[in-house]
Amino acid sequence: MNFYPEFEVVRNDSRCIRCRVCERQCANEVHWYDADGKVMLSDESKCVNCQRCVTLCPTRALKIVKSDCRLRENANYSDQTIKEIYRQAETGGVLLSSMGNPNPLPVYWDKILINASQVTNPPIDPLREPMETRVFLGKKPEHITRNADGTLNTQLAPQLTLSMPVMFSAMSYGSISYNAHASLARAASALGICYNTGEGGLHEDFYKYGKNTIVQVASGRFGVHKDYLEAGAAIEIKMGQGAKPGIGGHLPGTKAVGDVAKTRMIPEGSDAISPAPHHDIYSIEDLRQLVYSLKEATEYRLPVIVKVAAVHNIAAIASGIARSGADIIAIDGFRGGTGAAPTRIRDNDGIPIEPALAAVDKRLRDEGIRNNVSIVCGGSVRSASDVVKAIALGADACYIATAACLAMGCHLCRSCHTGKCNWGIATQRPDLVKRLNPDIGSQRLINLMDAWRHEIKELMGGMGINSIEALRGNRLMLRGVGLTEKELEILGIAHAGE
Amino acid sequence: MKRIYVKEEWCLGCRLCEYNCAFANSGMTDMVKALRGKEIHPRIQVETDADGITYAVSCRHCTDPICVKSCIAGAISKKDGVIEIDHSKCVGCLTCVLVCPYGCVVEDEGGAAQKCELCMKNTCGAPACVKGCPNGAIVYEERGEAE
Repeated sequence: MNFYPEFEVVRNDSRCIRCRVCERQCANEVHWYDADGKVMLSDESKCVNCQRCVTLCPTRALKIVKSDCRLRENANYSDQTIKEIYRQAETGGVLLSSMGNPNPLPVYWDKILINASQVTNPPIDPLREPMETRVFLGKKPEHITRNADGTLNTQLAPQLTLSMPVMFSAMSYGSISYNAHASLARAASALGICYNTGEGGLHEDFYKYGKNTIVQVASGRFGVHKDYLEAGAAIEIKMGQGAKPGIGGHLPGTKAVGDVAKTRMIPEGSDAISPAPHHDIYSIEDLRQLVYSLKEATEYRLPVIVKVAAVHNIAAIASGIARSGADIIAIDGFRGGTGAAPTRIRDNDGIPIEPALAAVDKRLRDEGIRNNVSIVCGGSVRSASDVVKAIALGADACYIATAACLAMGCHLCRSCHTGKCNWGIATQRPDLVKRLNPDIGSQRLINLMDAWRHEIKELMGGMGINSIEALRGNRLMLRGVGLTEKELEILGIAHAGE
Repeated sequence: MKRIYVKEEWCLGCRLCEYNCAFANSGMTDMVKALRGKEIHPRIQVETDADGITYAVSCRHCTDPICVKSCIAGAISKKDGVIEIDHSKCVGCLTCVLVCPYGCVVEDEGGAAQKCELCMKNTCGAPACVKGCPNGAIVYEERGEAE
């Protein structure tokens, strides 16, 4: 069934100089030059609205607009719902989507406001006074212990040291390009934070950034070997992902080319399918075995992170993880991104990160095991204020990936699964990969994090707090607006005015 | 001396440098007015080799420039390391175009010779190709004198 295209290419011919940059830069082959008529023509049906052409057009002759040609309005059966049914009736296939859930579900960050000091508890000016944004992730001692000779026992469980409470979360080499990984690795290294390999192994060129690398072990065990585990600063066991809780991953064979296949340790061109469960984990006891296997393999030098998707019983799950020997729990909310996920799962499974985080922090504190683990939250942390709110709700640090991709040039067109990313991020096509110069990509990531660090300090200073650790779990610094009693109860915050 | 260098690894072959060059040297303030409906004569040109590798080529400002020696009218000179063309002296014999081993001296729209003068004679201030390159593939930097 043919539809009118979703987007329209609007070309202001009076401004077009026929330089054909749009044509050369569109991997979807939307634009072409007609030499007879000396005009640029376009096939809008191929356009994904990634705005590459708009960005590079030197005379601003182009814009992409949403088509207003819609099926007859129906509040129940939306244009999109109907077209999805047509597509499935035609193909019999599962619908695929990329990046985070785009639906208008509640964003609790936007309904939480931050406190500021007035009169009695003066604010602090971060430009004039020292501010500490450094955090240490890992198990903290319950109480002080002494050695036989009476001296303090200063032996701590392994800690992950971050200059600020933000890390780049897992995106595999394969789902994103070599240059995207290079940008993330170089930026994490320069910033004193960490990036995460995802389940794609670690390219041999990036072992040198090991001190700032979290190596992931997921259900497919792709790319996992002794040197890999020892290369990182922490090991993450991926049990689930916010965008697709309860299912595994699938890197199509077309992307498993050259170094991608080598790094994953799979034959070239073969599909890399990560199973939904870890086939050796069916209980917390099983998880404990994997946690300790990985610790044993790395001589107890590295903290182990267990990453789970935010789902209904997240507090109980986190309690189990905190008892499994893991040092850090990473929780990924339902708005988290993905390179590809079944649309129905992405848009309907899991819960938002904010209540999940609040519930986990509360449960662990109630059970007296909060110090067993650090908590990292992800799944749409979009700004410095989201970070500050997350810390105040109980997180030790945040994971960001969509924001990091945006810094590298992503325009959130949500077409990663096509493998034709015009920005050189979610693609393995060499001509597209080279569009992301890591010199530029890493600098933009560094700029973004520098900006966020300044903003975090400003927000902390406003509250009269000079150390990020003093903000953690400090929910008195938060107030809700437009939230129900139940929502406020779960978030553990008061309503504005209270 | 600062020169323009190309990092072919990052060249996308988009040819924006050619259009930015043509605009910078047009003397006009609006790109549409300067370039619309016209054939451009840029001083930097994107070359594509058989493997599909692209790179932009512009004057190397040679230490021992053969174009200066070849000019029968004395129109090409070297000043502070930058090779310049005095258009009022150029007779359009195009010997310089023939001798340049890099193909960097080209004919302008009027039949005289033109070449990259590092945007020092226009209002751009710094090489327009470098400023406009979306992927950092053209840089303007000091790398010492290579012989």
